[in-house]
Amino acid sequence: MAMTFHVDIVSAEEEIYSGLAEMLFAPAEMGEVGILARHTPMLTALKPGEVRIKTTDGEESSVYISGGMLEIQPHVVTILSDTAIRAKDLDEAAALEAKERAEKLLQDKHSEVDFARAEAELAEAIAQIQTIKKMKSRR
Amino acid sequence: MAVGKEIRVKIKSIKNTQKITRAMEMVAASKMRKAQKRMRASRPYALKMRNVVAHLAHAHPEYKHPYLADRESVKRVGVIIVSSDRGLCGGLNTNLFRKLLAKMKKWNDDGIEIELCAIGQKSVSFFKRFGGQIVSKAVHLGDEPEIADLIGSVKVMLDAYDEGKIDRLFLASSDFVNTMTQNPQIDQLLPVQVAEPEDELKHHWDYLYEPEAQVVLDKLMTRYIESLVYQGVVENSACEQAARMVAMKSASDNAGDLISELQLVYNKARQAAITQEISEIVSGAAAV
Repeated sequence: MAMTFHVDIVSAEEEIYSGLAEMLFAPAEMGEVGILARHTPMLTALKPGEVRIKTTDGEESSVYISGGMLEIQPHVVTILSDTAIRAKDLDEAAALEAKERAEKLLQDKHSEVDFARAEAELAEAIAQIQTIKKMKSRR
Repeated sequence: MAVGKEIRVKIKSIKNTQKITRAMEMVAASKMRKAQKRMRASRPYALKMRNVVAHLAHAHPEYKHPYLADRESVKRVGVIIVSSDRGLCGGLNTNLFRKLLAKMKKWNDDGIEIELCAIGQKSVSFFKRFGGQIVSKAVHLGDEPEIADLIGSVKVMLDAYDEGKIDRLFLASSDFVNTMTQNPQIDQLLPVQVAEPEDELKHHWDYLYEPEAQVVLDKLMTRYIESLVYQGVVENSACEQAARMVAMKSASDNAGDLISELQLVYNKARQAAITQEISEIVSGAAAV
């Protein structure tokens, strides 16, 4: 029997595959890699593509991933798959957006909290008016 | 009969409120189950990620990533706060804010400045009123938070760390123990703290990196921090539903108590009115 190793494929939102394999093919950034047991430790990014796993009973199963990271230890291979579409520009844009939202919040006067404050002030004013009216009618 | 009209009206209004709280309790219960499922589903990724980073911390790379190196002087810190979007969930957010404020006060006394990244509407409004410095925010993540919604906010904090604007990064979120218990927690994200290595990894070794160490490690560390924040958000969502369920349950129970008390008062008043009427009739008949 050939040497086997453990394969875990996970994404942030679910566990995709976990089991023993004889061989694994993955779409690494520099080209497809084939991995056998006792591979030297390696860390690489993955492109979107198909991961093929040759299981112990000789069958081949495949999983599609949209990019991620591949870690190889001699007897364990871990694929950390992305769920979001990643690109440097996209990340940059998302960061800018988050920043802008925060800045807008600081300028925008019509947010929830100010309403609460305004309401409190209004209630106070109404109470004052009522007190004045009462005092006037007493006179 | 005009007896106790106000009491009847009051009982009716409390009953209506009870109906609402009971419905909210049931909704929260079903949402909690789903949120817990999501929380469990996201655990393997976080676990594997932690393993990989732990391996990495004990490897001897030619390139030491800044996230793994401790900085000596701490002048500014960043905090990512994970709170819920909506209220009516007991003391969940309040407990977290209280714990965070205590810590922030301590930092303040030490002359350390604080930058905040607010996730969830509640933390945004709280720290706006309190006057914290919010540099990024992410709100309305809904019941099914996605990692894509967090990338931007997290990147703002990571960039700040890269540029040296902040020297430490913390994550403040609620830890789901069980339905009844949720603990507020403040964990350090950066620099990364790692556990002791496994024995077999103690010898001198390093990974092969493709294409090169810096690029790969940057990607990996970004994903690592994002996964921790995502885990915090998912866990907080489960906490929120659990806390809401418990809060609504006790509200329904209290409404029940109130109704039975009022019912007693109403019955007594009714009985007194009847007794009085009878005695009036009897005394009237006797007078004739």
